[in-house]
Amino acid sequence: MELIVSIISGVCLLAGSFLVLSGVIGVIRFPDFYTRIHAAGVTETLAASLILIGLMLIAGWGIVLLKLILILLLVLFTSPTASHALGKAAWKSGLKPTNLKQRNEDRN
Amino acid sequence: MRHTISITLVLSILWIVNSGYYTPLLLSFGLISVLFVVWIAHRMDVVDHETLPIHLSGKLLAYYFWLMKKIIISNIDVARRVWQINPDLSPKLKKLAITQKTDMGRVIYANSINLTPGTLSVDLKNDYVLVHSLTSDGIKELEQGEMDRLVTELE
Repeated sequence: MELIVSIISGVCLLAGSFLVLSGVIGVIRFPDFYTRIHAAGVTETLAASLILIGLMLIAGWGIVLLKLILILLLVLFTSPTASHALGKAAWKSGLKPTNLKQRNEDRN
Repeated sequence: MRHTISITLVLSILWIVNSGYYTPLLLSFGLISVLFVVWIAHRMDVVDHETLPIHLSGKLLAYYFWLMKKIIISNIDVARRVWQINPDLSPKLKKLAITQKTDMGRVIYANSINLTPGTLSVDLKNDYVLVHSLTSDGIKELEQGEMDRLVTELE
């Protein structure tokens, strides 16, 4: 039983790490600021969740588990707000997304 | 009154989870700090349905399960595009009408858009949300309005 749990936990940690790497490579590869936020979004949603779930599985019942759940909730509530703040700040200061001609119509 | 009880409960649970010490001295310190914070929150007049959306809690769980599925699908999609040799991106920016009546509903909708990678809410006003999408499919999916409808049902 313990073996199965640690295998599942390892799979979660590995998948999470792979997604973090994907996010980082996306941030470097994608063409402009707005598309890069999408790549960063991968690291802060599923990647962070998978790593924290992997840790929860090996933490066992106790206070560490509850703290990890708190961290997961905090990440899931703050990260979308942070990306919205980033996107909005870029938009308000007039950063233009690529391939976008109707920007002036949308921007009131 | 319901909100006061629930903020006291939430703060107590937070304190206990983060402390890990159960000696009478520390527990009484915890109790004093919780009561102090509840008193401050009351004076600031922030103990209401917006800081403590208890009327949502039941329905929220089902919605989060649906959202989790969406998050996993869109994460895999974006990660796949990252590893493609020539990523087929068609970034798009579009205003979408929203049907939520309350601020809480609008925030939940915009946050859900941000939680699914590939779509990002850039600006949020009373009647529309400006969405940037990594591909034109992302915008199309939001335009079908399933997420919008589910969030409106939460209200």
